[in-house]
Amino acid sequence: MFFVILAPLALAAVAFAGPSQARRPLALLAGAVLHLGGVAVLWVTRPGPALGGWLELDPLARIVLPMTSALFCVCAVYAQGYLKRRPDRDNRVFVGGLLVLLSAMTVVTLSQHLGLLWVAIELTTLSTAPLIYFDKTARSLEAAWKYLLVCSLGIALALLGTFFLALAGAGPGGPRSLLLGDLTRAGAALSSPWVRAGFVFLLVGYGTKMGLAPLHSWKPDAYGEAPGVLGALLSGGVTSVGFVALARVLQVCSAAGEAPFARDALVGIGLLSMALAAVFMIGQRDFKRMLAYSSVEHMGILTLGLGLGGAAASGAMFHTVNNGLTKGVLFLTAGNLHRSYGSKRVDDVRGAARRLPVSGPLFLAGFLAVTGSPPFGPFFSEFSILNGALGGGRWVVGALYLAFLSIIFVGMGATVLKVVLGDPAGAPEVKAHGDSWLTAGPPLFLMAVVLLLGLFLPRELASLFDAAAARVGG
Amino acid sequence: MSAWTEMVFILVVVLDFFLLASSRLKAVIRAAAAQGALLAVLPLLLASHAAELGHVLALSVGALVVKGVVIPWLLLWAIREAAIRREVEPIVGFIPSLILGGLGVALAFAFSSAMPLPTPEKHDFIVPTALSTVWTGLLLVVSRRKAVSQVIGFLVLENGVFVFGLLLSDFMPTMVEAGVLLDLFAAVFVMGIVMFHINREFSSLDTEKLSALKD
Repeated sequence: MFFVILAPLALAAVAFAGPSQARRPLALLAGAVLHLGGVAVLWVTRPGPALGGWLELDPLARIVLPMTSALFCVCAVYAQGYLKRRPDRDNRVFVGGLLVLLSAMTVVTLSQHLGLLWVAIELTTLSTAPLIYFDKTARSLEAAWKYLLVCSLGIALALLGTFFLALAGAGPGGPRSLLLGDLTRAGAALSSPWVRAGFVFLLVGYGTKMGLAPLHSWKPDAYGEAPGVLGALLSGGVTSVGFVALARVLQVCSAAGEAPFARDALVGIGLLSMALAAVFMIGQRDFKRMLAYSSVEHMGILTLGLGLGGAAASGAMFHTVNNGLTKGVLFLTAGNLHRSYGSKRVDDVRGAARRLPVSGPLFLAGFLAVTGSPPFGPFFSEFSILNGALGGGRWVVGALYLAFLSIIFVGMGATVLKVVLGDPAGAPEVKAHGDSWLTAGPPLFLMAVVLLLGLFLPRELASLFDAAAARVGG
Repeated sequence: MSAWTEMVFILVVVLDFFLLASSRLKAVIRAAAAQGALLAVLPLLLASHAAELGHVLALSVGALVVKGVVIPWLLLWAIREAAIRREVEPIVGFIPSLILGGLGVALAFAFSSAMPLPTPEKHDFIVPTALSTVWTGLLLVVSRRKAVSQVIGFLVLENGVFVFGLLLSDFMPTMVEAGVLLDLFAAVFVMGIVMFHINREFSSLDTEKLSALKD
């Protein structure tokens, strides 16, 4: 278990120390491959808790960790091609930062200690903020500053919330611990006013990290200005581990008997995120910012599913995987489009399907998948969340959910079709930035996995989703 | 002993008000440093068993070095290097800031008296002081225009969280405390780097300039 945490860190040190600009991306690839290998071994051998129970491969970690690792590996392959095209930019911080991020995300998913979880989440912010500034433009600087400040504030409030939870268990007979197992076993012995107050602060804190409305203000800027690889890792990886953090907190609240309060808050903020994403998605002129609002939407779907519980929570677990991988497809292809046209404005970019015969259609396919069209994976996960809502008698929630999904489908579709279809003649063009194996292959592979998850879901995976949902008190 | 402890808590809150009212950037940084240094005394004053002395000492020294010395020094260095104007430039005026700050303190006391403290052996002033300081930090971040002022706000917010952490010092693992301090240091360090770039790009640290991105 330590291997998957330490190997990327060691390679990050190599990347920071290594002098060779051209060979440095190889460290990224090596870290990604070693990590993926390590995760595969963990998945099969299922080791018990490590480090005195601080780290454990529980069902939720068994879902999110392989997804993050696979996404990172695909992004690392893509980065080989991407960084080759940007030899003018120093990639030392970029490569090193991404490897630190991988290690931090791994700690978050494995962590069973709320303090350690917090430290690792903060590290994901710090390791990615400088990378948003990769393009060294005034706009990317602004995005980096906003991201750093907003997420740091959110995370500081999450620390206060973590302390509240610790205090809830500090009374006589309380566990006096921040270990998930100790807290959930303590159950009703936890002081419920402090659990409630703690949940509010943690929802605000980790909600900022996930980019739930109204705490999403950093998201469109950061995703709009960051390189596509980073966008993919932020929206598929970092936000997913934010979701893991929130699910762990919910575990404690459910055990303390505060589930109804916490669940209502999650459903509310989930629907609000979807509504707000729908409003800003319609008529969006910048296709990378559009993807950011799509991410706000999907984080809303995840919290909604978590809040509904039962079958919907199980659907949310499945959706974490689908969303992470599909966001990879969308951001990587959007990056290719951006590079080839030298613009991310809808007014400039048209006919992508003709100019970029792989990335263009993939962008369209990614859009169809992420908005829940069959037969892709997200269709099934979004459908089971709907099923969970209706099965639980939450008719209003189900109706709103469906309404937002259809508005977003139409709004996003209008933008995507304008970009992909039409005649590219006359649109701005940057030569030598067409599709290549290294930049178009990785998203193609991800798309195939998303399709496969829709066509065939192994029984073992399905029961894993149920087990993870049961842990949060579904 | 208890009188001393109370004195420190009151001073921390007084410094909150000073931070909200002061117009000189250097004075604000010094006040934040003084607050950080004061916080370093608290773990020693509040320690209840001799057995945890090592842990308490480490926490105290760590806080003193990071909050009281290194970060303020970094910020003072930054404003000297950037040669920026020394006024704070508030978006919300000083008097409204003070009124909001006072409101925050009142709410913090109301909140803490409404919440039953599971650890009655701990000092009563911890929770209101912590929440007042967190509130002051938030106010500073949203109501000040300069990037440096916003970093100071973040620092003050973290000071508040630190005070709250004192309630838990006897069972919070050292590793987590160290991680928290280290993260704070790294956060300010990264913010410092970004500030350096902002200053170079716009020849100012005015975050009003950072407004190209919106929907």
